[in-house]
Amino acid sequence: MVKELPVIYLQTAACSGCAVSMLNSASPTIKNLLIDQVAPGVHINLKFHPVVMAAAGDLAIQVMEDTAKRQKGGYVLIVDGAVPTADGGVYGAVGERNGKPVTMVQRVTEMAQDALAVIAMGTCASFGGIPAAPPNPTGCVSVQKVLTAKGINKPLVNIPGCPPHPDWLFGTVESIIMFGLPGAEDLDDFLRPKAYYGKLIHENCPRRASFDEGKFAKKLGDEGCLYELGCKGPITHADCPLRRWNSGTNWIIGAGAPCNGCTQPEFPNEMEPFYEKLVDVDLPVVGAYWANKAKEVK
Amino acid sequence: MVKIVIDPVTRIEGHLKIECVVENGIVKDARATGNLFRGLELILRGRDPRDAQIITQRICGVCPQSHGIAATLNLDSAFGIAGKISDNGRIIRNLIHGAHVVQDHILHFYHLAALDYVNVADVATYEGNDSQLNSVKDFIQRGALEPFMPRYEGDYRLPPTVNQQAVAHYVKALEMRRIGHEAVSIFSGKVPHSVGVVPGGVTSTPTADNIMAYIWKIKILQDFIDNVYIPDVLAVAGAYMDYAGIGVGCKNLLSYGMYDLDGTSPDYATRERLFKQGTIGADLKPAPLDTGKITEQVKHSWYEDSISNLHPSRGDTKPQYGKKDAYSWAKAPRYDGKVYEVGPLARVAVTYAKGDPVMKELVEGSLKALKASPSALFSVLGRHLARALSAKFVIDNLEGWALQLKPGQPAYTEYQLPEEASGMGIIEGSRGALGHWIEIKNKKIANYQAVVPTTWNVSPMDDKGQHGPIEQALIGTKVKDEKNPFEVVRIVRSFDPCIACAVHFVTPKGRDLGKFRVV
Repeated sequence: MVKELPVIYLQTAACSGCAVSMLNSASPTIKNLLIDQVAPGVHINLKFHPVVMAAAGDLAIQVMEDTAKRQKGGYVLIVDGAVPTADGGVYGAVGERNGKPVTMVQRVTEMAQDALAVIAMGTCASFGGIPAAPPNPTGCVSVQKVLTAKGINKPLVNIPGCPPHPDWLFGTVESIIMFGLPGAEDLDDFLRPKAYYGKLIHENCPRRASFDEGKFAKKLGDEGCLYELGCKGPITHADCPLRRWNSGTNWIIGAGAPCNGCTQPEFPNEMEPFYEKLVDVDLPVVGAYWANKAKEVK
Repeated sequence: MVKIVIDPVTRIEGHLKIECVVENGIVKDARATGNLFRGLELILRGRDPRDAQIITQRICGVCPQSHGIAATLNLDSAFGIAGKISDNGRIIRNLIHGAHVVQDHILHFYHLAALDYVNVADVATYEGNDSQLNSVKDFIQRGALEPFMPRYEGDYRLPPTVNQQAVAHYVKALEMRRIGHEAVSIFSGKVPHSVGVVPGGVTSTPTADNIMAYIWKIKILQDFIDNVYIPDVLAVAGAYMDYAGIGVGCKNLLSYGMYDLDGTSPDYATRERLFKQGTIGADLKPAPLDTGKITEQVKHSWYEDSISNLHPSRGDTKPQYGKKDAYSWAKAPRYDGKVYEVGPLARVAVTYAKGDPVMKELVEGSLKALKASPSALFSVLGRHLARALSAKFVIDNLEGWALQLKPGQPAYTEYQLPEEASGMGIIEGSRGALGHWIEIKNKKIANYQAVVPTTWNVSPMDDKGQHGPIEQALIGTKVKDEKNPFEVVRIVRSFDPCIACAVHFVTPKGRDLGKFRVV
C-alpha cells in the first residue's frame, strides 16, 4: 500500500518563478515527484497547483477545499508568494465563494489552519520580498506574519530564494517524508533549514581567495572578487556555490555577476543598489588566524 | 442565458478569472478579471536605474529573460550605448533569450495547453514496454489522480495510442524544458531570474567549453522540436481542425522583432533582427513598425480620461475607480488607434509576410500539411502552430550564433550612469511585443513604464469602443457544453496569457483594487 502525502500549492502575490524553479528539479525530476513514489512507499499527491493542474475554476477550488475538510491535519500547505493585506486584502483573490472573491489572506488562513505543516516557498512567502518592498503598495506580508496575526500555530519552514533552488524545497519535503517534521535545531533564526542556508555564500565562494588577497574585479567580466561591484555574498546565506543551479550547470557568480542577496529577509531593499559595494557591513575578518600567528612569531 | 465563470483559470501564469455570458449556445459577452495586483511600477521609482534589470524580471517568473532583456535594451538606450554593444555581448544575449523562448514554447504546448486536448486516462489501458508510460499507468492504478484530475470531461478526440504517446511526450517535454533552462544558465548563471544580461552587454565571457556545452544542449532540443513538438502540434491539429476557425480575434498583428543580428544601429525599431519588426492585417501585407503610433487608451479603464491616448514614454496613471463606462484596471494599448494582437503568431506572420525565405517554407509547409489556407493562422490552432514554428525558427540559428563567439574578446562595454536620461527597450517576449520605457532623474528611476504582451491581448475596450483581442476571440464562439466549456479555455490558453505581467503596471487608489476587467 502506497502512502499518499497530500500537498496543496497555493500561489499568492507571486510571479510564478518559484513554480518554474520547481519544474527544474534534476534529481528527483519533477516527473518522479508528481508520478512516482518519491521515497519507497510514499507518493506526493499534489492536489492543487495552479500552474500544472488540469482542473480550472470551481472544479479546482473544490479539490483544495475538500482536502482541507477530508484530510484535516494531514496535508502539507506550500504557499508561494507574499500575502497582500492592505484594504482588507482586496489586491489578491483566489477563486470565489457564493459569487464573491476569496482573498489570498483568507485562503492562506483557512488552508494553514488545518495543515500538518506550512512551507513558505520563496522570499516573498518567507519575508515579503519584492512585492513588500517600499512603498509596498498592497500591504504585502510574509506567511509567518499572517499566521501570527491569525493566531495559527503550525510548524512553519521558510524556503527563501528568488526563486529558491528546487533542491531546497524538495529536500525539505523529502526530509519530512523520511524523517518527520524538522526540529528547532534544524532551522535558523529565520526558520530556514540549516542544511541549505547554514553558510554564507562568501564562505564557499570560489572567488574567496581573490577577496582574501584583495584582488577585486573593476568591471563586469573581469576576474577577481565581485565585492566592489556589489556582491552581497558576504551577508547572504545559501549553498549556491556548492549546489549550483539548473542541474548544477552554473550559478550567479559563476556567470560573473554579483550575488544580489535574494535568500535574505533584507532582499531587495537593503541589498540595493545591486551593483554598488556593500557599506556599513562587518565583513568576516580576513586572515585573522594567520595575522595572529604572525604576531606570535614576532 | 447562461453565465460561465471560470475562477481561477489554471495552467496560465497568474491569477485570472473569465466570465462569459452565453445565449443560445453562443458567447455574447466576455469578461476577464486579473485577481492580483502588486504595483511593481511604484516599487521601481526612486531606485538605481541599473536595478531595473533585476527587479523587472520579477514581473514574471515564466518569462524573466524577456523582461531582463527589454529592461537592458531600455537602459542601453538611456545610457547612450544602444549601438555600442559588442558582438559577443549581442550574441550571448541572443543565446540566453533563444534557449529561454524555446523552452517556454515547449512548456506552453505540453504542460499548459495539452491537457485540454489529450486524454491522460487512456494510459490506463497501455500495454507496452515504455517504462515512463508504465509508471504513469501505475500512478493511475493507485488512484490519487491529482493534479491531472478532475478536469473538463467530454471533448477528447485523439485515439488511445496517440493520447498515450502524447503523455509520454508530456513527460519527455518536462526534461526538455529543464535542459533549455540549463542552456540559459550556462551564460546567465541561473534561471528563473538570471543575472547575465546587463546594460553594456553580458557578465559572462565566452569560452570553448561553455560554447560547446550550450551547443550540445541545443541539439537535444532541436531534435525534440523537429521530431516530437512539431509532429505533435500537427497531430493534435488534425483531430481538432474546427479550431482553425475558432478564436479568430482581431486579425491585426504587431511584432517588435527579436534576436538582434546587428548591434551597431541604436534604433531597435529598424535594426536587423531575426524575427522582423512590423505589423500586418488580414491581407498579410506587412507595414513597418513605428513605435510613435503606440498609445494607451483609458475610456473603459479606471483612470482619468485626461491621460488617455498618451504614448508610453509620456504615460501617466491617474486612477479614478468607479468611472462611468470603465470596467478594467488594464489600459488599452492601441497601435495607430487600432486593436492589435501580439504573440508568436504575430512575429511569425510578420516575418513570413516580410518574405523571409526560411519562415516562408516553414509556414507554407505546415499549412500544406494541414490542408489549410493562410487565413487559418488567425485561430486557436494558428497560435499553437505559430508558437511551434517560432521555436523551430530560432533553435535552428542558435548553434551558428554560438560558433560566432570570440573567446578573449570583450562581452561588456563600460558606460557612465547619466544624471538625466530617457530610454526605450522593445523586444518580443515569448508571449509577444514587450516594451519598457524609463525616465531617469538624479541618477534614479523617476518613472518606469512597461507595456507587456498580455496587456495588448487582454485589453478592454478603447476610446472608440473597440474590444480587445481576447474579447474579440471569445465573443461569437459557440459553446457546446456550458458545464465543460472547452472552447473558452482553449481560446484563452491559445494566447498563453501572463496575468502577472498584465496587471503589475497599474497604480492603485480606492477600493476593490487589483482587478482589471475585459468585457
